[in-house]
Amino acid sequence: MSIKKTLVVAAFASVVAAGAAEARDQIRIVGSSTVYPFATSVAETFGKTTNFKTPVIESTGSGGGFKLFCAGVGEEHPDITNASRAIKKSEEERCAKNGVEKITEVKVGYDGIVLANSKKGKHIDITRKQIFLALAKDVPNAEGKLVPNPNQKWSDIDPSLPDVKIEVLGPPPTSGTRDAFAELGLEGGCKKYDFIKAIKKTDKKKYKAICHSIREDGAYIDAGENDNLIIQKLNANPDAFGVFGFSFLDQNSDVVQGSKIDGKAPMFEAIADGSYPLSRPLFFYVKNAHIGQVPGMLEYLAEFTNDKAWGDEGYLTDKGLIPMPKDERAKYHAAVKALGAGS
Amino acid sequence: MTELKESMKIAGARLKKRHAAETRFKALGIGALAFAFLCVATLFTSIISNGYTGFLQSYVEIDINFDESVIDPDGNRAIETLKDADYAKLVKESLRETFPEVTGRRDKRTLYGLISSNAAYTLRDMVLNDPSLIGQKKSVWVMASDEVDMLLKDVFDRKEAEDTRPISDKEIAWVEKFEKAGKVETRFNTNFFVAGDSREPEQAGIRGALVGSALTMLVTLVLSFPAGVMAAIYLEEFAPKNKFTYLVEVNINNLAAVPSIVFGLLGLAIFLNMFGMPRSAPIAGGFVLALMTLPTIIIASRAALKSIPPSIKEAAIGVGASKMQAVFHHQLPLALPGILTGTIIGMAQALGETAPLLMIGMVAFIADVPSTPFNPATVLPVQVYLWADSPERAFVEKTSAAIMVLLGFLITMNALAVMLRKKLERRW
Repeated sequence: MSIKKTLVVAAFASVVAAGAAEARDQIRIVGSSTVYPFATSVAETFGKTTNFKTPVIESTGSGGGFKLFCAGVGEEHPDITNASRAIKKSEEERCAKNGVEKITEVKVGYDGIVLANSKKGKHIDITRKQIFLALAKDVPNAEGKLVPNPNQKWSDIDPSLPDVKIEVLGPPPTSGTRDAFAELGLEGGCKKYDFIKAIKKTDKKKYKAICHSIREDGAYIDAGENDNLIIQKLNANPDAFGVFGFSFLDQNSDVVQGSKIDGKAPMFEAIADGSYPLSRPLFFYVKNAHIGQVPGMLEYLAEFTNDKAWGDEGYLTDKGLIPMPKDERAKYHAAVKALGAGS
Repeated sequence: MTELKESMKIAGARLKKRHAAETRFKALGIGALAFAFLCVATLFTSIISNGYTGFLQSYVEIDINFDESVIDPDGNRAIETLKDADYAKLVKESLRETFPEVTGRRDKRTLYGLISSNAAYTLRDMVLNDPSLIGQKKSVWVMASDEVDMLLKDVFDRKEAEDTRPISDKEIAWVEKFEKAGKVETRFNTNFFVAGDSREPEQAGIRGALVGSALTMLVTLVLSFPAGVMAAIYLEEFAPKNKFTYLVEVNINNLAAVPSIVFGLLGLAIFLNMFGMPRSAPIAGGFVLALMTLPTIIIASRAALKSIPPSIKEAAIGVGASKMQAVFHHQLPLALPGILTGTIIGMAQALGETAPLLMIGMVAFIADVPSTPFNPATVLPVQVYLWADSPERAFVEKTSAAIMVLLGFLITMNALAVMLRKKLERRW
């Protein structure tokens, strides 16, 4: 019993000691699950090639990342947050309220969102307008009036599309990928209707509700955040389509095929030059106040913004990142370098 | 006579019916068992058939020229220079020499992709161990990249058309050249048990998660076992039976049914925000999981204490033992096997949890293997979850391999408990 007692006492004593722990010697990163594979790659290389500890990276989603990031300045708060969208105004305000006044935005590169199905199914060539008609909650009918989406089969939209039930597996509403899919895919098709586009000028909220609402009658199925699961389900059901990030298509090109959108196939080059319509930028945000406080921050940023990592032939492209054009990379690289000079 | 015959006939029919009911029940029982067995068998075969290759790793033998002008241009063998040298360049040079026909920038890049980036670290460690290698030529076995590994393990089918397979014809031709020369080997993947997490499937290891799980479980056990058993003894033997203890009892039973994520939120609010425990550390994880296991241990311990015949306690008190002596000398040792079973059930549950750890930051990419409960760490089920979510195909087998390690950990824990129980068990 006495051994156990000492152990308990020791455990409590050490907890008290931990409460008064000295400054953190490891970078902490939170944020988007889309940027996670890239950030972890950089972190690992950074840990292996320098004498600093490997940063700890949590995949919390873009929104969850900003929430933690903006909670304050100090060692108990993360240093960097990854995001698959730009910071929102409300989040900036939250940051400022908690004393996180100076943050630096760094664009990392681009990510493509693909609509794909099993190789056993028919390869399709679809337009954004057709995607809107297939997946929006309300669509215009022949008279130009909004009605609940009547399309049950792809061929109901256009006879050139396959004669199968519309069934699309995609990420849940909490996902940044779904937001981007709605914004780039659905809205891209939605604004091709002049009368809807006209609404944008008068009632922005209504416009967004029309263009961003995904139907809830079972044609679009929430498949959770796990993209590997979506690929397995597509393989089992050749009639279904899935929505996920380009890196998963890249890694599973033997099982699934990406549909052409507006005549453009989801290929590396097409996403990089922006001709593929469903591509979005990825970011990370740095807390300026932590530079110089947490060891290795500048070195980590230097590793990330190095052409060896995010360049045209960098190791991040192997992980599916679509790099930015050279001058844009140079701009962010300079911005990061300036952070070091300032402190 | 006829009456008797008649009643025997009726009785016989009834007996037959009763026997039939019994046979039916037995058949159903066997059916249920068979179904359960089938489910377990399917689970195990799918995990093992997917995962056993995770314990293997392909290696390629390449000829390395430990060029002094690359490793140590100054020639003074300073450790820092040797550490920072560009060893990847040596690997690239070797590949270029083996395949002089490869010229285009793109093709060259694909060629370098055959060998894992780990090769450079292998060479670095070799040189640091033995600086006299510099200037020599030597053939070295280095790790193949995950794609080559998948090809050699027949996960990627060579016969399929090029555009439907993730590896190109060119790469296959290069690998086949190595194969013909006998320079490809599949070995037991020791790295899997030695290394921490990595983004490269071939370099990823389970060590970090395994140590993290062990540290977390240790903290959980140290906190919850003594506290749980003490609480059970007090409530069962000493506490007055009044409304207050009844309320405590109801609350403990309720706590056992609270979803685990709630404990995570509690841990975030109390241990991290109030007590300032480090985020992502096993110490905080252990505290959270201890809270979760406590009700299970208390309930099981109380049931074990209750099952001891009261005559034993009464006899001890009868010969003059105090109540405390009666409990600690006679009841507790007899109840210990039951208490241990309860503890193991609680610990096994805690071992498989990921949800409460999400809130306190233990679901994260952590490459360094933790050495104390205060270092950032992750646990086995979290590692399984993180790998299952990765795009690289080679992580599929790693996921299954990690599940096998998790099951192994669980079986070891259970076996230990069964052994302890057997040793402590007493009959009366």
